[in-house]
Amino acid sequence: MNIHEHQAKALLKEYGAPVASGVAIFSADEAEAAAKSLPGPLYVVKSQIHAGGRGKGKFKELGPDAKGGVRLAKSVEDVIANAKEMLGNTLVTKQTGPAGKQVNRLYIEDGADIARELYCSLLVDRATSRVSFVVSTEGGMDIEAVAEHTPEKIITVAIDPVAGVTADDVAKINAALELDGAAAEDGKTLFPILYKAFTEKDMSLLEVNPLIVMTDGHLRVLDAKVSFDSNAGFRHEELKPLRDLTEEDAKEIEASKYDLAYVALDGNIGCMVNGAGLAMSTMDIIKLYGAEPANFLDVGGGASKEKVTAAFKIITADPAVKGILVNIFGGIMRCDVIAEGVIAAVKEVGLKVPLVVRLEGTRVKEGKEILDNSGLDVISADDLDDAAQKIVKAVQG
Amino acid sequence: MSILVNKDTKVLVQGLTGKTGTFHTEQALAYFGTKMVGGTHPKKGGEVWSSGVDGTELPIFASVAEGKEKTGANASVVYVPPAGAAAAIEEAIDAEIELIICITEGVPVMDMVRVKAKLEKSKSRLIGPNCPGVLTPEECKIGIMPGSIFSKGSVGIVSRSGTLTYEAVFQTTNEGLGQTTAVGIGGDPVKGTEFIDVLEMFLADEATKSIIMIGEIGGSAEEEAAQFLIDEAKKGRKKPMAGFIAGRTAPPGRTMGHAGAVISGGKGGAEEKIAAMEAAGIKVSASPARIGATLADVLKG
Repeated sequence: MNIHEHQAKALLKEYGAPVASGVAIFSADEAEAAAKSLPGPLYVVKSQIHAGGRGKGKFKELGPDAKGGVRLAKSVEDVIANAKEMLGNTLVTKQTGPAGKQVNRLYIEDGADIARELYCSLLVDRATSRVSFVVSTEGGMDIEAVAEHTPEKIITVAIDPVAGVTADDVAKINAALELDGAAAEDGKTLFPILYKAFTEKDMSLLEVNPLIVMTDGHLRVLDAKVSFDSNAGFRHEELKPLRDLTEEDAKEIEASKYDLAYVALDGNIGCMVNGAGLAMSTMDIIKLYGAEPANFLDVGGGASKEKVTAAFKIITADPAVKGILVNIFGGIMRCDVIAEGVIAAVKEVGLKVPLVVRLEGTRVKEGKEILDNSGLDVISADDLDDAAQKIVKAVQG
Repeated sequence: MSILVNKDTKVLVQGLTGKTGTFHTEQALAYFGTKMVGGTHPKKGGEVWSSGVDGTELPIFASVAEGKEKTGANASVVYVPPAGAAAAIEEAIDAEIELIICITEGVPVMDMVRVKAKLEKSKSRLIGPNCPGVLTPEECKIGIMPGSIFSKGSVGIVSRSGTLTYEAVFQTTNEGLGQTTAVGIGGDPVKGTEFIDVLEMFLADEATKSIIMIGEIGGSAEEEAAQFLIDEAKKGRKKPMAGFIAGRTAPPGRTMGHAGAVISGGKGGAEEKIAAMEAAGIKVSASPARIGATLADVLKG
């Protein structure tokens, strides 16, 4: 799960991290009060969407010369004018794709006097199986570009899960970021704070870009991006209210209600598969035969008939879907359960597009019999290769 | 021969009394009499579990340590739900169980960071979590793989994906090659055993004449494995290999079902993995339906 910048900052503030004062607003009417509650005279008006590259992003509805998704304002009136221009419009950034994302909320923040912009993130490094700090003196810009062009400027410090962030670790991070004086002192508290927030809240990514050194020599978290490990959701009821459903695909929200792993894609062949690897491979083989998948959908192991029915309904509800491929290799998942779920869904919502079903594994005979006796117009396939060719042919004619 | 498990492996089930543990223990007992020796449950020690299929009875112990002492178990399989899975693995590590296989999907990654640190200082090997288990045909089935698709043979299979393991097993059975052992290492970003560990075992196993390796997007374990194979080949250790990478068409930044399957920051894409594997002499199939056929082609030369 991802959250907005202002939510991430509020969370970090609870842990004692230095962040600027700010107010989130949902309508331009709130802009004046928000700005007046801040000291001024410099304000930052920041679009709150779940995507990076906001500063360089462009609003679809505004002209090409209009300013981006993060703007400086030098008066309360300026804040109001910018808020009116930004709210409700669609911001297109490097990470949103061409469709962009509608800006439904803004964060009005106290401006800062910046001396240096740094990069600091925490993540779980697979190579070491440790939480690691990834830091660079090259902050405020696209870190992927830094990684590509000057990888030596990115330094990783792995943290021992038993010892936590040691004085030695802080010294390494401070040195990597070339911090001294008050900033280095701030680092002694800030880096352990970030680690504590990361581990206690089960984050999968905490990115501060930029982390700034202000002209007064102190550190401040100027931007914050946080993602949480969804597997740990069961022990974080307190984070649930932070979810913003307007940032998510409607089909993905529906799928998440049934605990289905679903990702909406741009093609026209709907897929229902068991197992993540097989689901990805099914997408791959559709592409191999010249068509495009409409989605990734893993019904998981041991899904019930109801779950299978829900999955099938989500796929058929997508108007882009011109054909459906069900690909099941039953281990825990029983083929007869899949067959029953598909039939129940078709009875409820009908079937207007070709359906190819490939069943293999546990109770395959029973599953095939159920489909054969259902009277449904199902195209059965012998194996994955056959299934992919048949659905692509059915869709492309 | 085989790797990791064989007819002498004695298995304790952590989470035997639950629905999943019960079903798969029944299946394991039915698979060439896999030596399931008991289960554990902190509050049900002293009780007896019985199979709904044939009435086989297994003792329940209050702890893994007690179970190991009374049965001589050298392996355990974890079916405990996500919230308690890490603690179950840690209990097995403390009891010095040699091989721990965690099937549970959805274990928080921070728990696995903790487990992994403990594991590194222990005598145990962990397979998983979020994996289908390990199966040596006609000898021992630990986990959730369907036994019916296996046949005894010469191919070692290692995979990050459960259902793609089944594809590779099924296809090699249909090719008449059969398997020595199939190992699902699991789809999580932090896991007990990586490709390299399993490849080392397959290279050392005389009965394993060829290897299939199935990876997917996310991380760089495939690239590391490829480098390992290149280094071993220089020492004269090499076996014919075929492979597959899932997720060629996956969009960047999205987690594709498995917690570990995500292309992030331009890293972990399929094409780099395929290139690295090909450079290590692995013939990578473009189609998931032709993994077995690809290996057969390699073996024909």
